[in-house]
Amino acid sequence: MNAQPIHFKPSEGFRDRAKAVVDNPFLRQSFRGAMDFLMSKRAGQFPDVEELESLRTLGEQIRQYNLGKLPELLVRLEENLTRNGIQVHWAETPDEANEIILGICKRVDAKLMVKGKSMVSEEIELNHAAEAAGIGALESDMGEYIVQLAGEKPSHIIMPAIHKTKEEIAKLFHEKVPGVEYTDNVDALIQIGRKVLREKFLEADIGLSGVNFAIAETGTLCLVENEGNGRMCTTTPPIHVAITGIEKIVEQLSHVPPLLSLLTRSATGQNISTYFNMISSPRKPGEKDGPEEVHLVLLDNGRSQAYADEQLRKTLQCIRCGACMNHCPVYTRIGGHAYGTTYPGPIGKIISPHMLGLEATATMATASSLCGACGEVCPVKIPIPELLMRLREESFSAPHPNPAMRGQGAGYNGLVSFVWRAWATVYRSPMLYGLATWAGSRFSWLMPSSQGPWTTVRTPLKPAPKRLRDMLKERG
Amino acid sequence: MSARDRILAKLKAAPNLPKPEPDVAAWFAGHRPVENTADKVARFRKCIEFAHAEVHAVTAITWLPKLREVLAARQIDKLLVAEETPHGNAALDELPPQGIECSTYDMPIEAWKTEMFHATPASLTAARAAIAETGTLILWPDAKEPRLMSLVPPVHIVLLDSAKIYNTFYEATQAEGWKDSLPTNALLISGPSKTADIQVTLAYGAHGPKELIVLLMGDEQ
Ligand code: SF4
Repeated sequence: MNAQPIHFKPSEGFRDRAKAVVDNPFLRQSFRGAMDFLMSKRAGQFPDVEELESLRTLGEQIRQYNLGKLPELLVRLEENLTRNGIQVHWAETPDEANEIILGICKRVDAKLMVKGKSMVSEEIELNHAAEAAGIGALESDMGEYIVQLAGEKPSHIIMPAIHKTKEEIAKLFHEKVPGVEYTDNVDALIQIGRKVLREKFLEADIGLSGVNFAIAETGTLCLVENEGNGRMCTTTPPIHVAITGIEKIVEQLSHVPPLLSLLTRSATGQNISTYFNMISSPRKPGEKDGPEEVHLVLLDNGRSQAYADEQLRKTLQCIRCGACMNHCPVYTRIGGHAYGTTYPGPIGKIISPHMLGLEATATMATASSLCGACGEVCPVKIPIPELLMRLREESFSAPHPNPAMRGQGAGYNGLVSFVWRAWATVYRSPMLYGLATWAGSRFSWLMPSSQGPWTTVRTPLKPAPKRLRDMLKERG
Repeated sequence: MSARDRILAKLKAAPNLPKPEPDVAAWFAGHRPVENTADKVARFRKCIEFAHAEVHAVTAITWLPKLREVLAARQIDKLLVAEETPHGNAALDELPPQGIECSTYDMPIEAWKTEMFHATPASLTAARAAIAETGTLILWPDAKEPRLMSLVPPVHIVLLDSAKIYNTFYEATQAEGWKDSLPTNALLISGPSKTADIQVTLAYGAHGPKELIVLLMGDEQ
C-alpha cells in the first residue's frame, strides 16, 4: 500500500523525472492552476506592504533569537513537557525515530496507527517501517489519504495530492474503497473519506501527529490544521505520539501569534487556520477524553549540521509554509515528485542536503534560475537564493578537509574545473582575450553542431564572424 | 552517550550566536487596532462568517429559543450538553419538555465512543473568549465540557459572550495570563472543518463539524 522508501539518489534521474512532468499537460495544468490559486490567495492576505515586511522581519527575529538559544531551549522544553506528563524522546537518525515510535506501538500491541499530517514522519519513512513491523499506518489528512491510497508520496508539503485531478481521485476511490460508486463530486468524495476515516479514529490504538511550534516555557505542542483530523489523532486514540525536528521550538508563548499569522497567511492565504490545537498534557484525572499518554520525538537528522554554520543555520528558520514552492517557477513546472526528496521545491533544495548528504543531492541546488521569488516571499526571510549559491559551492568545489557539510565536493569534476580556470585566465588578460576572440571568429566553423544540453532545445552557439572591436574599428 | 547527549553536544559545539530578543508587544501595538466592543463584534462576525460559520445575535433571554430554532431548522432532536455548566443546565431544564433530547457527557469517552461517533448529531459548548482579528473562538475544554464535544458532532453550537472578544490572539494570551495557566488542550476554532485537498476545491465537514453555529450573546438587542 505504501510507497517505497527513498533508496536512490535524488540527484540521479532528476532531468528525466522533470522532463516527464514537463511533457505531461495534465500534470502541468494541475500544478500551474494550484500554484496560481495559492499565490493569489496569499497576495490577498497581505494588502499592506509595510505590514507584511515588518511582520516578516519580526518572524525572522523570532526564529533567529530562538535558534540562537536552541540547546538551552530544548532542555527547557524537555523539562516542562516532562513536568506536564508528556514523555520526551530524542532521535539522531530516522532509524532511531522509527525504533522509538514502533517501540511504543509494540509495548501496547498496537494494530493501527492513525496519522495526522506530518512531513517529519514522511522524512523518516514511518509508514514503511510500521508496515514492515506489522502495524497499520493510516494517513487521515484528506490529501495524504488520497496519496497513500494511490501508493504515492506527497507532491507538496501543504497540499499533498495537488498533482491529482478530481477524476483520478474519483477513480481511485471507486477502485480502492469497498462499495464506493464512481463520483467526481468533490463534496461527495470528501464525505466518503470522512466516513471511512471516522471508523478508523474509533479503532486506532495510536494517534501520530507533527508539531508546528513547541513552546519551551509552557511545555506545549501546537498544531495548525483545517480538517480536524489532527485533533482526532491527538484526542481519540489512547496514545498520542508527536514528532518534530529539533528546530521547531520557541521560547515563549508570545512568539507564537506572529508566527501563526505568517504561517497560515503565507501557506494558504487564510488569516488563520480552522483549528489551532495547543496540547500541554495527557488526560488529567477527572477528564473524560484525550490520550492517557503523550509522547514527543525530537529528531535531528542532519539539522545539527546546518546549525553548526552561521549561514546554513538560517535554513532552520523555516516554518514549512510552502510559499517558496508556490512561487517557484521551477516547482510549478516540474511538480513535487521530480525532486525525489521528501521536501520538494526551494525549501527541499536547501534542507535535503543536510538530511541525505551532498553525495545524494549534489545537483539539487542547480535546479534553480535564482530568480529570487522564494527568498522574497519567505515569511521568515530565509535568504534561499544565497543558500542555493552556497550549496552549489559546497557541492562543486574540490573536496577539502573539515568541510561544513557531509558530501562536500561530491559534484566536483576536475576537467570542468580546469576549463573554468582556463576561462578565468583568458578573461583576465586583454592579450589572451584578444587572441581567443580572434581565433573564435576565424575558426567558428570548428564549433560542433551538438553542444550537449544546450542544443537539445536551442540552435548551436557560434562565434560571430566579426568581433565587436573589429566592427568598431571599421566604423572609425 | 545517548542520542540526547549527542544531539545537545553537537548543538553546543556550534558557534554561539546570540540574537536580540524580538519585541512582539511593540509590533502589535503598532500594527493592530484596539477597538471598542461593537467594532470587535462586527469584525469577529465578518471574519467567522467568511469562514462559513453561522452567527446569531442573542440575549440572555433569547438564546434558548434561538437554539431550539437552529436545531428545528435542521430537524435535529438530540443535543449533547455539558452538565454542571450554567448553559448546559439551562438547556437540560428547558429543551427536553420541548421535544429535544439532551444527553450529557457524564462518563469517560471509552464507555460511549460508538454512540458519540454515530448517534450524536449536535453539541452545545461555551467559548471562553474570542478573537476579532481572525474571527476565532477560544475553547478551553475541561472535565465538564470535554475536548471531543467540539469535534465529533456534525453540528457544533457555541455560546459566546460578546464582552469577551479580544482584538488579537496576542492580546488574549497576555490579558488572560495564558503562559501560567494553559489547560490540557486549548483550542482556537475559526469555522467548520474544511479541506481544499482535492483540486483546491473547498469542501466543508472534512473530519470535524460540518456546521459551526455561534450564538453571540450581547445586551444591545
Ligand atoms: S523556506 Fe520560507 S517560504 Fe519556504 S517553506 Fe520554509 S518558511 Fe515557507
